[in-house]
Formats: sequence, C-alpha cells, structure tokens
Amino acid sequence: MNKVVSGADEAIRDIEDGMTLMLGGFGMCGLPEKSILALVKKGVKDLTCISNNAGVDDFGIGLLLHQHQVKKMISSYVGENAEFERQLLSGELEVELIPQGTLATRCMAAGYGMPAIFTPAGIGTEVAEGKEVRNFNGKDYLMEMAFDADFAIVKAWKGDRLGNLVYRSTARNFNPVMAMAGKVTIAEVEELVEPGELDPDNIHTPGIYVHRIFQGENYEKRIEQRTVRKRDN
Amino acid sequence: MLDKQGIAKRIAKEIKDGYYVNLGIGIPTLVANYIPDDVDVILQSENGLLGMGPFPFEGEEDADTINAGKQTITKLAGSAIFDSAMSFGMIRAKKVNLTILGAMEVSENGDIANWKIPGKMVKGMGGAMDLVASAENIIVAMQHVNKAGESKLLPKCTLPLTGINCVKKIVTELAVLDVLPEGGFRLLERAPGVSVEEIKNATAGKLIIEGEIPEMVI
Repeated sequence: MNKVVSGADEAIRDIEDGMTLMLGGFGMCGLPEKSILALVKKGVKDLTCISNNAGVDDFGIGLLLHQHQVKKMISSYVGENAEFERQLLSGELEVELIPQGTLATRCMAAGYGMPAIFTPAGIGTEVAEGKEVRNFNGKDYLMEMAFDADFAIVKAWKGDRLGNLVYRSTARNFNPVMAMAGKVTIAEVEELVEPGELDPDNIHTPGIYVHRIFQGENYEKRIEQRTVRKRDN
Repeated sequence: MLDKQGIAKRIAKEIKDGYYVNLGIGIPTLVANYIPDDVDVILQSENGLLGMGPFPFEGEEDADTINAGKQTITKLAGSAIFDSAMSFGMIRAKKVNLTILGAMEVSENGDIANWKIPGKMVKGMGGAMDLVASAENIIVAMQHVNKAGESKLLPKCTLPLTGINCVKKIVTELAVLDVLPEGGFRLLERAPGVSVEEIKNATAGKLIIEGEIPEMVI
C-alpha cells in the first residue's frame, strides 16, 4: 500500500468547482499551507470551506478568498481578514458562523459514522433557529448534523506512506477530527517517514482515514500574534 | 474604582487550588498573572492544551504552540495536547471547573451577550457559546458601563445572546456581584472608594443590597 503522491498539485488534482472542503488548522497554526497554495494555483472556484478561521489577507484561506474561489465559509471566528469582511458585506461571500465546539464535534461525528450530535451550545441564541431541540435530563440540547465534506485537507508533523499521522503541539487542533471526516483525506506533512518509524502507540490519526500523503517543503509556519516576555536578569 | 489589572487581581481570588480554568481573551487573560503561588491550577486553552504557561522568552517562540487567542505561549511541565473535539468534550462534560470571560451585556437572569453587535462586522462566537452553555461556574470580567455610559448589567440583554441563564458572578471596576438563580444582581463587594450609590446608578438591572456592603480586599 502506498498513499504517497508527488506533491500538493497531484494531491488536489480532482478537487473541482463547487466542492466542500475541510481545512485543518487554528488560525495559521497547523494549516495545510501547501495544499492551499495548490488550490490557488489550480483556480477551482465556488468552494465551500469548513475551517475554524478564514485566514489573513495574504496567507492561508485568505489567498483563496482573494481570488474569489470561495462561495461559502463555515467557521467559528473570522476576524482577521479585511478582504473577507469586504466580500461578506458586499454579498459576494456567504458565511455560516457556528460555535467552535459544534464545528469540531460535527467533524468528529462524521469520522465516527454518526449522523448527528446533541450539544447545549447555542441554546436560546440565534444559532438555535430552525434546529431541533431535545430535552435530556431537564436540559435542552440542539441537534447538529455531521458534516459531509468531499475532501478533508490536513497538516501533520510526521506521516508514513500508509497515512499514519502524528501532529506537533497545538498544531494538532482540528486536524485529527477533520482527517477522519473527509470522503477523501489529503495529508501534508513536514516529514514523510517509512512505516515502522512512527511508534504505533503514539499515532494520532490511523492511516485508514488518510488517502493521499505528501511531504511539503519549506513550511512558512507563520505566527499570527507573536507574544514574548522579557528575561529577568 | 479598579483598573483592568485590579479586576483581574480580584478575580484571581476566586480561583481555588486544584481548579482547571479556561480564561477568555482580554481582562480574563490577565488573571493568570495574579494566581497565588500556593494555588495550584491548570489553565485550559480550547485550541487543545492543558497546562498553558506564560509567553515564551524572545527568540523561543514556537509557531506550533499558541493559545486560543493565537498568541505564542509555552507549555508547562505536565501539560497535555489534544484535538479540538476533545477540548470541547472536556468543556461540555464539565471537567473544566471555572470559565472566566468578558461580556458586552449581562442580564439579571444570567444571560450573556458578547459576540455580535448588529450593524457591525461580526467576527464570530469562537468557543464562547460552547463554554457558556456547559460551564457550571462562569465569572464575567467587564466594565460596569459601556463607552456611552450605559449600564451593561441589564434587566434583559439587548444584543444577540451568547448563552442563557449561565453567568454566576460578575467583577467590574465598581463591584463584585452574584447573579441569583431567581433573578437579580446581588451586590457582594464595593471596589475601593466606590459607594453603593454609585453602583446603584450604574446598574440598570435589579440590584439586591442586603445589609452593609464591604469594600473589597485585593
């Protein structure tokens, strides 16, 4: 079994106009930046993107927005992008804002083969409008549906050619749950290793969920908010 | 009257030894600076970390290690990393003991509005709706009145809600107040130099004053 493809262009070769994509990452952290660049180059459009954030103006999903390739964003927080705001206010872009835990758990449900989840997040707010409410043990919960994505694109630290993945630090975030949730899952990794080099006890995403894998070169790994403290002398 | 640091200092006194705590963006983040050394707490960051430490020293920033505000941070000894679904799983399952967050408005029945102002660009609720819907102990850190001088402690919120019947305690530059289960803000403490009268004038919702109200000790 060999899931290795030559690079981002081959990995995304059959992503077409109008498809729904999941994109891992939290802000710039753990973002599948090479695949996004390939999507920009390919020029596919009318995409629905499920991702926690919408990138910044010149990096991440912001690059897709800039070329008007995104029809709809499904996110929990989109505050960092002026072009996003412009397209949203002008009606060029549709956005569905959903609670972050609901976003993650709707991915998880898809990966676990469950059609829906019940969560208290959004009860009594506009998020609940039009959704089924069920009461369990005296508390109200919203029924939220599992996502249905054509492709999930994730970024891992290390992976092997069988698709087993290991993430690093908080760059894990949405990547494991999205990896489980795509009809086709593409993983880009900083380091592609041979089967056996990853400890089976420490695999975060088992290879069964991953269909294509490639090693990206020269990760930019941009920092969104560089915060530091001074050394005490 | 308290400044932002003062509000953070006062809230830090609410944190008990052994707590797992989620701190929101803004004043809540400052609370971490005032947790006493003999109080052992673990900070949860909802992007997938337990055991959040201070900002890194200059030159030691790691792009892969950030908090929910997307700031570079460090991991303390004994920290744990997990995915976003598990992160909100532990929040939903009430494993996180205390949530501290900011607000635009709180109502006397504990409703909170902190994510959307009609007519302004909406950035999103992030994890706030999940946190307020599940946390058993929620403290709000905020200014008592808004920039227009209007009370943020109201009979009913006017802004789109983040969650309902959830806020338990509020710490502002003027006062510490409980939100009672039957409704109403019960005044517990006055900020140094602030009179009960001033707090009354700044509170639009039902204010409950029982007996002598002590000045807070920070």
